[in-house]
Amino acid sequence: MSKIVKPYGDTLNDGKVQLSFALPVSPDAHGKEAARVLILNMGFSEVEITCLRDLGEGFTHFIAYAVTPASVDTTKLKVKVVETPVMDMETTDEYVSEHLGRTITVVGACIESDAHTVGIDAIMNMKGYNHRYGLERYHSFNAINMGAQVPSEELLAKAREVSADAILVSQVVTQKNIHIQNLTRLIELAEAEGLRDKMLFICGGPRITHELAIELGYDAGFGTGSYSTDVASYIAVTLSKQGK
Amino acid sequence: MLKLDLDQNLVQRARAAAGRITGGFQWLFDGYSSYTIERTVLRLMGIDGAQEGGRPLPNVIIDHLSSQKAMRKGAAVWVANAMLARNFSAQEVAEAVASGELDLTALPMAPADKIYTCLNDLAAKMLDHIKAQAQKRSTMFDRYGARRTPAIYVIVATGNIYEDVTQAKAAAHSGADIIAVIRSTAQSLLDYVPYGATTVGFGGTYATQENFRIMRKALDEVSEELGRYISLTNYASGLCMPEIAAMGAMERLDLMLNDAMYGILFRDINPKRTLLDQYFARMINAYAGIEIQTGEDNYLTTSDAIEKAYTVTASQLLNESFALLSGVKPAKMGLGHAYEINPEIENSFSYELAHAMLTRELFPEAPVKYMPPTKFASGNIFKTHLMDAMFNFVGQLTGQGVQLLGMMTEAIHTPHLVDRSLAIENAQYIFTAVKDLAENLELRPDSFINRRANSVLQEATEFLERVADEGLFQAMALGEFAEIRRPENGGKGLDGVFERDQDYYNPFMDRIKEELGL
Repeated sequence: MSKIVKPYGDTLNDGKVQLSFALPVSPDAHGKEAARVLILNMGFSEVEITCLRDLGEGFTHFIAYAVTPASVDTTKLKVKVVETPVMDMETTDEYVSEHLGRTITVVGACIESDAHTVGIDAIMNMKGYNHRYGLERYHSFNAINMGAQVPSEELLAKAREVSADAILVSQVVTQKNIHIQNLTRLIELAEAEGLRDKMLFICGGPRITHELAIELGYDAGFGTGSYSTDVASYIAVTLSKQGK
Repeated sequence: MLKLDLDQNLVQRARAAAGRITGGFQWLFDGYSSYTIERTVLRLMGIDGAQEGGRPLPNVIIDHLSSQKAMRKGAAVWVANAMLARNFSAQEVAEAVASGELDLTALPMAPADKIYTCLNDLAAKMLDHIKAQAQKRSTMFDRYGARRTPAIYVIVATGNIYEDVTQAKAAAHSGADIIAVIRSTAQSLLDYVPYGATTVGFGGTYATQENFRIMRKALDEVSEELGRYISLTNYASGLCMPEIAAMGAMERLDLMLNDAMYGILFRDINPKRTLLDQYFARMINAYAGIEIQTGEDNYLTTSDAIEKAYTVTASQLLNESFALLSGVKPAKMGLGHAYEINPEIENSFSYELAHAMLTRELFPEAPVKYMPPTKFASGNIFKTHLMDAMFNFVGQLTGQGVQLLGMMTEAIHTPHLVDRSLAIENAQYIFTAVKDLAENLELRPDSFINRRANSVLQEATEFLERVADEGLFQAMALGEFAEIRRPENGGKGLDGVFERDQDYYNPFMDRIKEELGL
């Protein structure tokens, strides 16, 4: 049975969408018409430009509402998500001691050019983020956070040295898709060094999805809204399933 | 009038402890130098440019001298000696060294007085240029009027200096007072400053002297057009702190992010290297009339903003104390703090107000720099915009010096043109709406806000007193700051620190110290 949906304004399937963008045009009737036609060219109808703001340097900001003819059948979607259950810290610790009977070693870093540790710190640091302690706080984890701008080679050397169960890579800066280049480089090096199948490779960051992670050759990816609990549970359950 | 009732005894104790901590480094400041300090001297002597392949000439000279184990006299003496021997300019000497044609240590040494005269003439020439730049800034402010309070500070970060110019000019048109060109993300750990105009960067644009020049010129044009002086800022931080300060002084940047301890804690740069570099970098900033800004917001993004609020206060007092040692006047100290408390917490606004008032009142003359919510900014741009409005409210109500505007897309990407414009509109609306509100308000002495500010001050005082007893390096090694352990001999850049010889000479430091009365 298919379930076809359209955007909802105030009536089912009215298709109402809010748009906001800048154009290199002047903030006048001519510019407004340019914006309106552009939105029509996007396939929308019933275009209503509700606001023009002069941005200077020949740019104008437009806010608009329009109606889209597009719809989606939600029964036909294929979504890749991390499917392991999410447990809190105490439950994960119990789970690990029951199923693995040892400590899990995790090495994490912001690799290559990325200097933004906020993501990796939220997952790994003792303090954690938003009422979820980081991996350092878990009894069942030996968490090594190497910090920012760590070359891929150093991260892999560390992981080898401590016989890591999992590598956590954070990529926050995504301008010009630098995160893809960095993540690809790490996985290629890991393959060349024969480490790829010896441990879990996990990446995270605001623009990372599980699907992207799989595509890049990682085991899992965690995007915005992920916490240490998601990552810890995933590692614990996956290792246990692998019988490691 | 909205004002705290701060325990003045605590204020004095905290300042005294900070003074004890920073006063313990004279051995370092007087006895050591670093490669970037020497490269700064070379740049100030007029050496610029890079070899094919990109190695900057100041680095080429330092490589040359360090391979000859000749660094301990300082680079200036060797270059001046070659200038006299060959009748070359400093730049010609550098080019001859780069081509492999000249060995600086192979020439006979000229008499010391000749070398000093040569260097002092060069120093006078460059320092006159820097003074003229400072004078030009004052003239512009006199002509167009002083900066508003809080000043509207926005970032541009396209990676391409020419695209940055378009965005900066648009921001100025929308109402920005200060433009920050965010640096490419890996630059703080480069032990050289890239050369020339750059069009590729990640999360920002490389700080180069040419990029400084391009942006300053564009902002001068837009200042004239708008009848408002638009200030420019960048980052004198990382492994090239004093070099970037010098480049900023030459090209008339108006502010510089220049924290005494940030590199140690958040970039794992060696503690000795950082303290040494900041000492000279801040001296240059002081001489050039550049307002320094500090990075206390980082303590709050890496730890809990309520629990660790005192670390901000402690760091501000240390930054103030180190800055005074370099001759920076309080009116040029943009000490930092931030609006980073979890918005789900009840009365989070009261905490923020208490913290903001504490900063404002501890440093009454300083143009304190207030940083926006970032940690709890999310993909929900509408909520982030609302948080930014609350942040702007505190900024105007408490009279912060510089308001670093939050962007609704903070958690998503470097700001788009529209994001920046909406942020400025947000700030202008709130600033206008609550302009004189503070004059009408008073705090009860037993109010939560008053008690909270005093309790943060108390914690900061006790912390500083403990660090003063322990010593700063020891405290950092134990992880007392930001819960990060930084041993004295760990971190990046220690190999670029060296002990000076008896006959070491840095013509710029001596002269600047004299003129600043240090």
